[in-house]
Amino acid sequence: MFGQQVANAIALGSVYALFALGFTLVFGVLEVINLSHGAVFMLGAYAALVLVAKTNVGIWLALPIAMLGSGILGLVIDQVMLKPLRARRAHHLMPMIATIGAAIFLTNVAQGLFGAEVLRFPPGTIPELSFQVGEVHVTALQLSIVLLSLSLMAGLVLVLKRTRLGKAVRAVAESPQTAHLLGVNVEVVFALVCFTAAAFGGGAGVLIGLSFNAIFPFMGQPLLPKGVAAIILGGMGDVRGAMVGGLFLGIVEVMSVAYLSSDYRDAVAFGLLFVILLIRPSGLFGQVVERKA
Amino acid sequence: MTKRLIHGVFAVLLGLISGTASAGEVKFGVAEALTGAAAKYGVMIRNGFVLAAEEINAAGGVQGKNIMLVIEDEQGKKEEAINVFKKFIFKDKVLGIFGPTLSNSAFAADPFANHAKVVVFGTSNTASGITDMGPWTFRNSIMEADVLPVTLREAVKKFAIKKVAVLYGNDDAFTKSGYDVFKIALDAQAIPVTSTETFAKGDVDFRAQLTKIKAQNPDAIVCSALAEEAANMILQARQLGIGVPFIGGNGFNSPKLFDIAGAAADRTIMGGPWSSEDQRPKNKAFIAAYIKKFGAEPDQFAAQAYDALCIVAEALKKTKLTGNLEKDRQGLRDELPNVRVEGATGPFCFRKAPPKPGIETGYDAEQQAHVFIAKGGKFVSLD
Repeated sequence: MFGQQVANAIALGSVYALFALGFTLVFGVLEVINLSHGAVFMLGAYAALVLVAKTNVGIWLALPIAMLGSGILGLVIDQVMLKPLRARRAHHLMPMIATIGAAIFLTNVAQGLFGAEVLRFPPGTIPELSFQVGEVHVTALQLSIVLLSLSLMAGLVLVLKRTRLGKAVRAVAESPQTAHLLGVNVEVVFALVCFTAAAFGGGAGVLIGLSFNAIFPFMGQPLLPKGVAAIILGGMGDVRGAMVGGLFLGIVEVMSVAYLSSDYRDAVAFGLLFVILLIRPSGLFGQVVERKA
Repeated sequence: MTKRLIHGVFAVLLGLISGTASAGEVKFGVAEALTGAAAKYGVMIRNGFVLAAEEINAAGGVQGKNIMLVIEDEQGKKEEAINVFKKFIFKDKVLGIFGPTLSNSAFAADPFANHAKVVVFGTSNTASGITDMGPWTFRNSIMEADVLPVTLREAVKKFAIKKVAVLYGNDDAFTKSGYDVFKIALDAQAIPVTSTETFAKGDVDFRAQLTKIKAQNPDAIVCSALAEEAANMILQARQLGIGVPFIGGNGFNSPKLFDIAGAAADRTIMGGPWSSEDQRPKNKAFIAAYIKKFGAEPDQFAAQAYDALCIVAEALKKTKLTGNLEKDRQGLRDELPNVRVEGATGPFCFRKAPPKPGIETGYDAEQQAHVFIAKGGKFVSLD
């Protein structure tokens, strides 16, 4: 049982990590807790579902199209809601509240278009492969979610650390004013970050929709607190931190079900989170906060 | 307005077809959700009533009088159900009311009928507490508390089940109350529970709970969940190599189970009030007549509505009809508890609901549930 639970934990943790990646990126650069991330995630899943079910597009084409669409949606949210608030130097809580509004709006749109019922990708959208190693069963989808979230994280870290663009993003994250004085086009960086984060979110929606067969207007909501927890735990705004935070949350949840009681799953997970923050207030990879100090 | 008109015309037509003068008829109100989300139930219920009224009238009606139905759309909404009930009671001056479709609306509208001393007869209200609303409340819809123990007993017999695991949603009223009923039934039938696991609304990953359940090797998984959640659980259980049957409540009785779980849903067991495969003559006749009239298969809601009007007709045979509305309403109420009939859903009689302090309760259904198992994308009889 232990081996299987470890596999379950890593798979679930990767789901949280995948969701948290875009979340943490926006926070790190824009300093906005983007609560519309769950709705973008949900619409990504619906977009791919419509493409697969209504047109003859395979999932391998539907996934990038859905990611592109989600990215554009993220861009629109930034341009329509966040940019005017930035221009007015609004209090940092205001963009967060604005994104709640965006989330409610988008959820209602999805409800109007698709209804409240739970939908799934048509059976056979992806080959339903599964592997058995000893006592441990894993599906091909679970493996791809783990690999994808790892490689997305690695790719992001590489871009941020090794490229000129990454340097610009980090400069903006540190101080938009200074970056602007140094000749970085801050608005372009913001837009790019919003696009990328939303595309990641939409892609996560497609993968999670595929693996859990549960696409519905509120599918992003249960992930929001987990996403926030993952990025706080990892160190706000740190990409590796989101990965580690997500995995940690998955492991704690699964192990508390396995060895304590499923009744206390969330209590244990969030209790432990609290304890860790008492010991290490800046999170596991808390450079952002330290750098600011 | 147009809708109301159409239903009115419908009711009049029904009277005309049966060839009655308005003096020689007994009037009943049918308040069902004919539009909105609950229409999928309400329309089937209406069809059941229309079929039963036609058959009863063709056979000479009751005491030489035809049954006339006044059908109104309560849209599955509480407010609308109250409006329709008031119209029935005060304007149409009906002898009794059938409906409303949803338990939620029944909690709002039934007190009006009880207050006005008019029989209110639910054919689809399964929530507990419906018949606590007063002695004028009747229903022939069986409660989960009656269905689940039968489901469990039949499943245990069929699959030689020695011990079960339990999995339920602990933050939802419907799934929690389903669990409570299962727990009582498991205790009563002395079936050991290997472990009781919970999940929360919105959860989509049940692998941790299922892995834990698997390690204890139960013979079945008793599950109180919505159809969509259950479908996902069953899929994940099969992926983890768990092959034992799932046992659930009437909440499983949804096409969603098969939409999502597909062939993996096989060997899922649940109970319900009616079976299309029940070969008793009453049911065979009902199904044939329904298909002939509506050109489609009936479902449990149509069958229960059909039976409900037959139950009332049976009571009316013995009710002394005086022409005084108040006395006749009282007479019907007093006769109903004595009815014993065999209908499409099987042998039926009423059972006085357990007493509650301070209120006189109504009457629940005393009836045997049917047990089903999923096979090839649909539910078939277990045996």
